[in-house]
Amino acid sequence: MIPHHWNSYLVILASFAVAFVLAVYPLPMEWRWWRPEFVLLVAIFWISVFPLTISLFFLCFLGLFQDLLEGVPFGQHSLSLVIVSYICILSYQRVRNFALWKESCWVFVLVGLAQLPDNWVQSMTGRPLAGLLFLAPAFSSALIWPLLRMLLDRISRHYRIT
Amino acid sequence: MMVLILIGIYTPWLKDTRQKLNFLTTPFYQVTDIPRRIGEWGNSVFTSEKDLRAENERLKIEVLIYQRKQQQMAALAAENVRLRQLLNGKDMLQDKVLIAELIGVSPNPLSHIVMINRGSREGVYEGQPVLDAFGLMGQVVEVDEEISRVLLISDSTHAIPVQVNRNGVRAIAEGTGDLNRLSLRHVSINADIREGDVLVSSGLGDRFPVGYPVAEVEQVVRNSGQAFARVIARPMARLDRSRHVLLVFDTHNQANSEQGASPAPAVRPE
Repeated sequence: MIPHHWNSYLVILASFAVAFVLAVYPLPMEWRWWRPEFVLLVAIFWISVFPLTISLFFLCFLGLFQDLLEGVPFGQHSLSLVIVSYICILSYQRVRNFALWKESCWVFVLVGLAQLPDNWVQSMTGRPLAGLLFLAPAFSSALIWPLLRMLLDRISRHYRIT
Repeated sequence: MMVLILIGIYTPWLKDTRQKLNFLTTPFYQVTDIPRRIGEWGNSVFTSEKDLRAENERLKIEVLIYQRKQQQMAALAAENVRLRQLLNGKDMLQDKVLIAELIGVSPNPLSHIVMINRGSREGVYEGQPVLDAFGLMGQVVEVDEEISRVLLISDSTHAIPVQVNRNGVRAIAEGTGDLNRLSLRHVSINADIREGDVLVSSGLGDRFPVGYPVAEVEQVVRNSGQAFARVIARPMARLDRSRHVLLVFDTHNQANSEQGASPAPAVRPE
């Protein structure tokens, strides 16, 4: 499960770069809740492919970069990214045997979990949130997961990343 | 990681780092701006002559209307200056403005922050007021070389001193995290505020210039059991629709800060 080719690293980095662009693509103010957590989804995918290569340290830096990009306090996204990735690394063997819809449900749980530290940090900065709206990104992420999964599968097959 | 978060929130130590690293984020916002630029280019290239003619007609009529208003304005301004001299008041300063374009919206759904395409290169400074054609939008909170971030008045960490245009009753309008609602803080229960009143910026706090429309009072709830009335107002600026915004250079404020005697602003983004 360790990539042999340097171009696998390139593909992984490129996929994260695209995820970052999607993560900041401007949406109308009310629709922003429904933006899937692209960076997190891409991280979940690559962890399921290379559970031993994607290090938590690397993910931590990715999270910090996302914080910088979105203008939120440093550490918010990296905390949630690292927590979710750790769970992924512990559970990838079981999740690999899931059907696609079951994987979607699992992604819903993971992204929902990632929202908790996010909202914790946001409420410390004085922007508290009431209600269940924080589950909206988890919902949209679960919906888009099959599509993203197939796309990334195809890309990794095309570049022979196994 | 938690320590980092706490440091980031409760101390200003990480602000410099963020400012220095911000140039890394600029390319991403420029990439997301490409579809809009293509759309704009397409619009300007593929326009029919008929549409242009119609637009031209409309603009001419508008110019006429504004010219008429302008004539009145000149007389009124002169009268205003005379009255101010009578009162020994200071002259009103004409504000300098810079037009900017919106290029992004903060991806964080809890914050109402937008990105504009002007930065320190054009002289944008932190705390600068931002307007659109209809009213006050917010203030600049972070300045980069080419991009700056604007905190909208509807953000839940923002507050702005206002006064009722009709009678000068002062209050503070706080953002609620909802684009279409501001709430007035500590309005006493017998204050003369009615539905439909226009709230303009009062200039107290030395952050926003005087007299720009901020919001219109939508609802006043007076509950005799409580000390304060609950006043809900709707922002005049089209916070989620305006593409072009104006950055106001407050000459009065700049003069103050150059002397190093700028008083602590009452309104501070957190």
